[in-house]
Formats: sequence, structure tokens, C-alpha cells
Amino acid sequence: MNQNPTSQTSYESDNYVTINIGPSHPSMHGTLRIITMTDGETIVKAEPDIGYLHRGVEKLGESLTYHQFIPITDRLNYCSAIPNNVSYEMAVEKLMGVEVPEKAQLIRVIMMELARIADHQVCIGILGVDLGAFTPFFYLIIQREEIYEIFEWFNGARLTNTFGRIGGVDADLPDDFEERWEELKPNVRKANDETEKLLTHNRIWMDRTIGISAFSAEDALNRGFTGPCLRACGVKRDLRIDEPYCMYDKFKFEVPVGKNGDVFDRYIVRMIEMEESLKIIDQAYKLYKEMPSDAPLMARVPKVIKPPAGEVYSALESPNGELGFFVKSNGSANPYRIRIRPPCYMMFQALPELVKGEMVADLIACISSLNIIAGELDR
Amino acid sequence: MDLKKRVEQYLGPEGLVVAMTECQGDLSAEVPKKNILDVMHLLRDTPDLGFNFLSDVFGVDNLDLNKPKKKPKKKTEEGEGAEAEEEPKEKGPSPPRYEVVYLLLCLERNERLQVKVRVAEDDMEVDSLYPIWKASDWPEREIFDMFGIRFKGHPNLKRLLMWDDFPAHPLRKDYPLEGQGEERHLVYDD
Repeated sequence: MNQNPTSQTSYESDNYVTINIGPSHPSMHGTLRIITMTDGETIVKAEPDIGYLHRGVEKLGESLTYHQFIPITDRLNYCSAIPNNVSYEMAVEKLMGVEVPEKAQLIRVIMMELARIADHQVCIGILGVDLGAFTPFFYLIIQREEIYEIFEWFNGARLTNTFGRIGGVDADLPDDFEERWEELKPNVRKANDETEKLLTHNRIWMDRTIGISAFSAEDALNRGFTGPCLRACGVKRDLRIDEPYCMYDKFKFEVPVGKNGDVFDRYIVRMIEMEESLKIIDQAYKLYKEMPSDAPLMARVPKVIKPPAGEVYSALESPNGELGFFVKSNGSANPYRIRIRPPCYMMFQALPELVKGEMVADLIACISSLNIIAGELDR
Repeated sequence: MDLKKRVEQYLGPEGLVVAMTECQGDLSAEVPKKNILDVMHLLRDTPDLGFNFLSDVFGVDNLDLNKPKKKPKKKTEEGEGAEAEEEPKEKGPSPPRYEVVYLLLCLERNERLQVKVRVAEDDMEVDSLYPIWKASDWPEREIFDMFGIRFKGHPNLKRLLMWDDFPAHPLRKDYPLEGQGEERHLVYDD
């Protein structure tokens, strides 16, 4: 973090103007800072500068017990805390060699897919706002709020859910889940339809998104892209299918793939993924209903978690991409080292290449479409 | 053929594998630090291995890995005075303190491999993987930031998360969790 951007980066040419965007700016998603060198309105060079939300999460984990770290994982991606919780729990379970009961896995799938829908809704809604389309935001945010109602009524928190425990989940789905879900599902579909009608074939929307910050599949793989942004580039990769976890191999769903890797493709991929998530929840809930009501929700784990010495990496497909946790244990009650592999960390480092030659306004669209969350970026 | 045998087959004859370990199905190969670029080229370009995706790079500090938890805590409370009376417990050459771990992924076969490099305190420099995978750009900067390990050949090696004149490397195990400033406890010469 340079105190004075102009002193260290050699932006000295007379023709160029250096603009400092962020870290506290309405169009920045969290505390991001980008030092841009512009020629008129065209970006010649952009240099992201991160760390304004660094809270030392990895260091913090080393002095907490395994269960105490779960609430910390909420604070990584506050748009979808549940996949973060589950990813961490899966890593510790893998280290301990614990098999999670099927019913708990289904509850995890249902909740994670709800979180995926909510995350994509925020992403697309904000992308619209950043490009000047305010209406879809309301359609989507109202439905997101309904999803948060379900979370809230499941465990009392809207955003920081602290969902699940190591070895399973702490609570069963409430009795009237089906009722709420049947009510929510058509509303989400309707909101998505309205959004699609307003945006997809909208001339202004197309002009602002098609071809903007396009990225080739080769570059994306080299840069470590994962998730919707990689799929938008035309690479069919989804950990839910490629490395199935949590019974995802039992569900039938499509993985949408884009072609150009531009903002429009990222938007379309996310729109289709929401529909697929709805299908997954239906299938998961059907399986869930077939389970006996007294089926176990927790595997047999000790009260004080002391995994055997070792180190594992476990990843899942979070709404943003591959979210992985590396946990190293030395046999004590505290993790020896926790490393978080946040998906948007890898994508944000490619920003200079993504926005080179674009307009300043398109930089904002690019950041929104990558769905950069400062919480997991800086950790 | 399973992954472990394949890795040994291609890397073993040239002496590029120091040790292979497996933990709950996660295979990790420790390789010599000076050969890291050769190893990565081999892992990526050999069709039978085909690790074409770098998922993550991070550092680990193995200070006091096998000691009970209480001791280092006591030491920090007493401050610098206690440092001198550290028991000469370890006999023989202790393994290098730091590790840099590379998480590789083969997209075709969905296989994962951890490649590890051990970094000793007196030789804190590793070759950068930036020429092979640009994904290693920020992770390597973060390791430099958090552990002080330098990456040779990295185009822009400066601190990533902490500010530029931050005096210490916070993810090192001897970085105190509380206190009025780490400068009083730690003096790093870089």
C-alpha cells in the first residue's frame, strides 16, 4: 500500500492522468483501491492495491480452536457465508477422516445452493446498479431478502450464519421449510425473468457489457480463474461435477458455459446458474424427505477437536469459484496453519490485463462482474 | 497407474523428489528448492502428469511444530530475556524452518498434487513461478509479505496486504499476538 501513489509508480508521462479510485468510493465493492493511469477516458494502466480490509484471519485461526474458527469464516465472504463455513468444515472433517451423515450433507447442499442464488442475485443486481440500471436491483434484492429470511429463521442470522459444525449440522431444517420454499421458488424465478427481460436484450446493456474486459480461456487458466468467470471464458469446470462432494453426484444439473469471457457472458452464466441451483434444491429436498426423521445430523466427533497431525486441502465450488481451505494440524487443539484460497483473489490480480484499453466506467463493470468481495480478498 | 507412482517415475530418476507423503488422500511431494522451476515444467509438460493449473501458493512456518503449545506462550510473556535460555533440545540438524506449498491441479483428470519446497532461514529465496503461471503473482507477494521469503524473478515483489514500511512478517510463528509493537521483539534485517 503506497502512501503516495505517484511517488512509487512511474506515471510521469505528461499525456496521462493518474486517477486514484477507492479505497472508499461508492462504486467500489468494499475497500478496494485501484490506481489507474488514463489517457482521456481510456485506461492505460490499472494497478490494484489491496489490504485495506486485512484482519489477519489466517493468523487469528492459529490461536483459536477448530470450532471457534467457524464464525471467522463467516466474515470472509459476507454475501455467501454458508459455503465458506462448509468449506472449512469439510477441510477439518477430511483431516479427521470423518464421514458426514447423508442427511446433514443434504441440508448443507440446500443451504449452499440458496446462498449461491443470493450471491448471484447480489452480484447481478450490483452490476446493474454500477451500469446505471437500477430497477433489476430491487427485483433481485427483494428475493435475496426472502432467502435471508430462511437463513435467519434457520439459525438467527442474516449474513453471518455460522452454519453447521465440524462433523455435520447443528439443526434440522424447520418443519415448514417446504411451505416457505414453495413460496420462494416461483418468486425467485419471476424476479429472474423480470431481470432478464429488462437487461439481456436491452440495447444499452448489451453495448455496455458485450466485449468488455473479454478474457481468453488460456489466459484465464494461467491466471487461476475459477467459477462463473472461468466458465464464461468457455471452460467447463465446476467442482460440483468434477470433484463431487456433499452428494452432488446424485443431482442432475447443467453447467452453463460462455464463449467470450466478457461481462455479458459472466452475467448470463450467473443467471443460468441460479435456475440450476433451484433445480438442485428441489432434488436435494426430495432426497431429504425420503430420509427418516430421526436420521443422524452429526457424525461422532469428540467435543474437543484434535485432528491427527497432518495437512489437507479441501475445496468446493462457492458462488465465486473454487474456495479452498488448507488446514495443517500438529495434533493439538488449535490449527497449526490455516490457509484460505479465496476465489476472487486470483481473479482480481488479473485486473490490469482485464481492463487495459477499456473506459474508466467499464472498469467498474469489470469489478462488479468478477464479484470481488474485499472480505475474502484481504482476509 | 496411480498418481504417486507416476510422479515418482518422472521426477524420481533425476533426483527431483526428496520425499512423498500422503495425508487423507492428499499427495504431496517435497522437491529440492533449487530445482523448483524444472519440477514445475516437468509436471506441467509431461502428458502423463499434466498439472496445468496452479491453484494456490502459500507459506508455512514450521517453528515449534512438534513442541507442546504452552512453551512459546510462556516465552513471549517473559520477553527477550527468555529467548536466551531456550533449551538445546533438538539434536542434529533440524529441518529448514519454512515451507512454500504449491497446489497443483490437473484439469483433465481432476488430480491434485501439493508440491513443497523447504526454505531455510539463511537462504530465503525461491525461484518465482511467474514465468510459468501468472496466478502465482499475488500469492508470492503475500508470502514475501507474511514470511519474508523472496522470490527470484518476480516482476513486482513488494508487500501485498500490509503497508510498504511495515516492519515485520506477521505470519511467522514468533510474531507476537499482543503487545505494543513487534519492533521491540523482532529485528529483521530486510
